[in-house]
Amino acid sequence: MKTLRFLITTLMLAPLAVLGQFGGQNSDPGSVTGNVSLIWQSYAEDSLIGAQVPPEQSALNAWANLIYTKGNFSAGVRYEAYQNALLGYPGRFKGQGIAYRFARYRTDQYDVTIGNFYDQLGSGLIFRSYEERYLGVDNAMDGLRVVFRPINGIQLKGIYGRQRLDFDSRLINGEGVVRAADAEVNFNQFKEDWASKKLQVTLGGSFVSRFQTGSQIEKDTLVLEVPENVAAYAGRANIYYGNWNLYAEYVRKINDPNADNDYIYREGEGIFANLSYSKPGFGFNLNGKMVDNMSFRSDRDLLLFDAPINFIPAITKVHTYNLAATLYPYATVIDGETGFNVEVFKKFKRKDLPEGATGFGASMKRFYNAIVGKYGTNVTVNFAAANNIDTTGFSGVEGAVQGYRRNSLGFGDEKFVRDLNVEISRKFSKNFKAKYTFYYLEFNTNTTPVTVDFKGIVYANMHVLELNNRLAKHHSLRTELQTLFTEQDKGDWGTVLFEYSYSPHWFVSVMDQYNFGNEDPDARVHYLFGTIGYINGPHRLAVGYGKRREGIFCVGGVCRAVPASNGFEITFTSSF
Amino acid sequence: MKKLILALAIVFSAGMLTAQTIPNVQLKDASGKTVNTADLVGKGKPVIISFWATWCSPCKRELNNYTEYYEDWQDEFGVELIAVSVDDQRTANRVAPYINSVEWPYTILLDPNRDFGRAMQVNNVPHTFLVDAEGNVVWQNNNYSDGDEEEMYEQLSKL
Repeated sequence: MKTLRFLITTLMLAPLAVLGQFGGQNSDPGSVTGNVSLIWQSYAEDSLIGAQVPPEQSALNAWANLIYTKGNFSAGVRYEAYQNALLGYPGRFKGQGIAYRFARYRTDQYDVTIGNFYDQLGSGLIFRSYEERYLGVDNAMDGLRVVFRPINGIQLKGIYGRQRLDFDSRLINGEGVVRAADAEVNFNQFKEDWASKKLQVTLGGSFVSRFQTGSQIEKDTLVLEVPENVAAYAGRANIYYGNWNLYAEYVRKINDPNADNDYIYREGEGIFANLSYSKPGFGFNLNGKMVDNMSFRSDRDLLLFDAPINFIPAITKVHTYNLAATLYPYATVIDGETGFNVEVFKKFKRKDLPEGATGFGASMKRFYNAIVGKYGTNVTVNFAAANNIDTTGFSGVEGAVQGYRRNSLGFGDEKFVRDLNVEISRKFSKNFKAKYTFYYLEFNTNTTPVTVDFKGIVYANMHVLELNNRLAKHHSLRTELQTLFTEQDKGDWGTVLFEYSYSPHWFVSVMDQYNFGNEDPDARVHYLFGTIGYINGPHRLAVGYGKRREGIFCVGGVCRAVPASNGFEITFTSSF
Repeated sequence: MKKLILALAIVFSAGMLTAQTIPNVQLKDASGKTVNTADLVGKGKPVIISFWATWCSPCKRELNNYTEYYEDWQDEFGVELIAVSVDDQRTANRVAPYINSVEWPYTILLDPNRDFGRAMQVNNVPHTFLVDAEGNVVWQNNNYSDGDEEEMYEQLSKL
């Protein structure tokens, strides 16, 4: 509360002090920017789809950020209100009040933040604090961060604080203290003429430590001390050479018995590597990772979304179309997984052909040109695979303490996911574009529990056709036709979506999701949802009504399960 | 609570005296070079800053459609477009291969933990800002529909 009062005072005094100087020339009063978001949802019962009505019958999530900036100084607050939180939102969002506040001073050389902040070291394998408000994910740091750049190309960073765990009309931080140090060297910044060199090299190293008071744990006949300080360290290299880029990071964590690993004392380890090559019209990306026992939280007894210190990205592509994105989205299996992802992007362009050319070569070129079209055709092929790690379990005391041994960096024998997708997009004319996407998916619902109706491997094929028609000046129509075929789980699905836009202010959309292949004829339900929206610059209002399927709701690759619902939804976002 | 509202009201009214400017955040571009965001604007020419992600279909549609007009806009207004990717580590590695394969002529910056996005009050993508020659935000759009490029052209013409 003291910090809050201090901040309010600061916020009040800063502009007032400046206003007082208004007689003078060149006075900069600073600026205030902010944003507001709200989601309101009403609930009606629908036994057919399993939609429940909470006692309050409607729910509201709202938040607003306000940042005051004057020169190098900035300070800000975020107010959050959950009256009550939307169904499916994590239980750690209750009540209303200030959930985030900070003051920051930054120059090119120094950057000091006190209060709340988000940050990431390297790829996040060792430390990432971030937010995804629409999903109820927030592990903001609360403490101190200092960034120092003694010379061009060298950056040192120190972080000390606790992480947001809960919000109940006030910010509640997790139990553990998180301390981090990071150094990054970008060699090309040392000399001005190195900046444009073909070879660009950045190296970095991090150290992160968590302190949490602990006592003993009992396992079988053993009584074990838990480590109160748990350290992790990581090294990374990012190398660019012309069109090539290699990124690699290695992370190791000392013994950290926790709820995710069943309180074993085995050390954690992770490797993440990415190689890409691209030139105009072509791109290639190969990504591999192995994570073993790398769950790292600021409280050893927590699970799921609670207080993660690090971030282990999923290996599959983030799918955007409704059926692919919400029915079987893949998430990293936190205990351990090995996987890779390979992707090729190619733009097929029309080939030049002299007029009146004849012969086999010329007719082949004509045929090719007819296929790729005047504007060319883009093709993307992506394949991802992940399995468990290759281990042998220990037994007896060694099993209770160390758990298992890892035999290699390669695949274990349990399949987690296979995801092949091919995307072809072609512009037919100034006013008409089409995109076709095919997916083949093998998805283990035991290890990524996205459904309660089926346990095992789901084999699915999906087809999506998206059409963009420009009807007239300002008027356009977007159509999505999607199908998913599977013998498992809930069977086949189809989705049809029409979105009509009157640029730049209005849109109307209707979506129908139909579970036509469900074995149970009563469950072959249409989920129909309509939305009308108004956009004016940074202000956006959308009103929707209809039925939503229970499923997984993802934003930018992070997902949460949402229950079935039936009712109105109003969303409003604005910034200034 | 009253105190807070009062404080917010005062701050708000004081702040409204100036236009939104571009905060200074250090980001990396798609070839690994460090860029100060404040250095990109206020150089006597307008700048479009567009926040996007590889998983955001309307964002890609917007920036792909702009490629048709970009040369004309550059000739007529001297405008530069900066496309800021908010892809996090899961998808950030796809940014360079993707932008090269579709041949975007824009400057690409990476904002993996949304430092710049947060400072610019970006709630969700696409969010596009038009910044005038002096570095002030003069127009923004938190959406993309086919045809919004006509609105962009009108806004550029007003500068």
